[in-house]
Amino acid sequence: MRTIALSLVVVGLLVLSLGGYLNPLLRVTTNPLVSIQSWISIRYMALYEFLTVPRDVASLRQRNAELEAENSQLQAQVIELNQQLREAQILYALTGFMRNNPQNQYIAASVIGRDTNPFMNHIWIDHGSDQGLRRGMPVVTEKGLVGRISAVSAGASSVQLIADPGSAVNVLLQSSETEAILTGSLTGDVLLDMVPQDVTIQAGELVLTSGLGGTYPANLVIGQIMNVRKQPNDLFQGATIQPVVDFSALQAVLVITNFQPLDITPLIPGQTP
Amino acid sequence: MISTLISIPLFALLVMVQSAIVSRLPLLRGFPDLILLTMIAWALHERVTTSWQWGILGGIIAGYMSAIPIVVPIAGYLGAIAMARVFQHRIWKTPLLAMFLTTFLATLFYHGLTIGALQFAGTRFSIEQAVNLITLPSILLNLALALPVYGLVKELADWLYPVKIEL
Repeated sequence: MRTIALSLVVVGLLVLSLGGYLNPLLRVTTNPLVSIQSWISIRYMALYEFLTVPRDVASLRQRNAELEAENSQLQAQVIELNQQLREAQILYALTGFMRNNPQNQYIAASVIGRDTNPFMNHIWIDHGSDQGLRRGMPVVTEKGLVGRISAVSAGASSVQLIADPGSAVNVLLQSSETEAILTGSLTGDVLLDMVPQDVTIQAGELVLTSGLGGTYPANLVIGQIMNVRKQPNDLFQGATIQPVVDFSALQAVLVITNFQPLDITPLIPGQTP
Repeated sequence: MISTLISIPLFALLVMVQSAIVSRLPLLRGFPDLILLTMIAWALHERVTTSWQWGILGGIIAGYMSAIPIVVPIAGYLGAIAMARVFQHRIWKTPLLAMFLTTFLATLFYHGLTIGALQFAGTRFSIEQAVNLITLPSILLNLALALPVYGLVKELADWLYPVKIEL
């Protein structure tokens, strides 16, 4: 009897529920439960974030620091590789010059500094007597003449540039086949002197070493004539030369080691003992 | 003794910086002389007793790294020290003024010696051009660097020659 009554109640409740007659009652009952669960869930998530987020920030910061360090390392590598690329390009050009001029023997050297006195236009290279360099050896680049070695120590050498005020080079003007003297100056300009007045020289004419005097090999390119200075009352005319070598940006040079410079000092009148 | 010995690595370092960096950054054709400035600042310190030794060692080291005859830097630096010692006694209350005045006069003196030596050796150039292109820009750069160099050298001198307090 009880079972039948319970079954009737259950069936009645089901019918009421399926018919939607219990919804208001269910809403009244479940809404507070949902609110309570939401409150609990929000508080739990807040507590969870409080406990977990600081750890994430720390790990992110660590990761960020790692990436920044890696970035700095890569940037340093890029700079180093660019530097190596420039050096390789210079060495490639120097090697090309060596192949094209096999009559000479060369030693490549890096420029490590300039003279500490502003009046002297000299540079320092990282090779010296230990590598077989001697005083007077000519120094060139793939473009042309740089100067000659003026002092040698075991591991380094001083090179007097042709732009040094104390430098003098016997040269040949290619087109007019005229010999002259090239001197340096305090301004860094390279000047041509002792050109006879009857010779016609023009801007753009190529200037080469003549080999006279025995201090430099012949036919090394020096530069081009830029401005001609000709005064009717002067004994000689002169010119300003645009050197093919940029002396302010020298990074590597070649020393010609099989050239033996001649010492003609005993032959100069007045300097013999 | 230590203060004399310490000048050798210091000048070696200064010469390397001068040759590798400073001389590649010219104003016209002139550039500052770090050794000269260091020497002047050292000699202007009242408790320093080794300034003449510094002058000789600095001159030798600078002469080794230059194509100029070695007697020129030695004489030039000793002259600069002599000027610094004179000004240090005369205007001891204003060491910065002494630093600037000595820098100006010592640069002129050193460049004058260099010009004289080059002319004597047969190198021909216009003295007016040398003054305009090298000496005047060098004086300007030396004066610009005089203050920081003085500060650094004073720190070194105070470290090597601490003030003695009697209790």
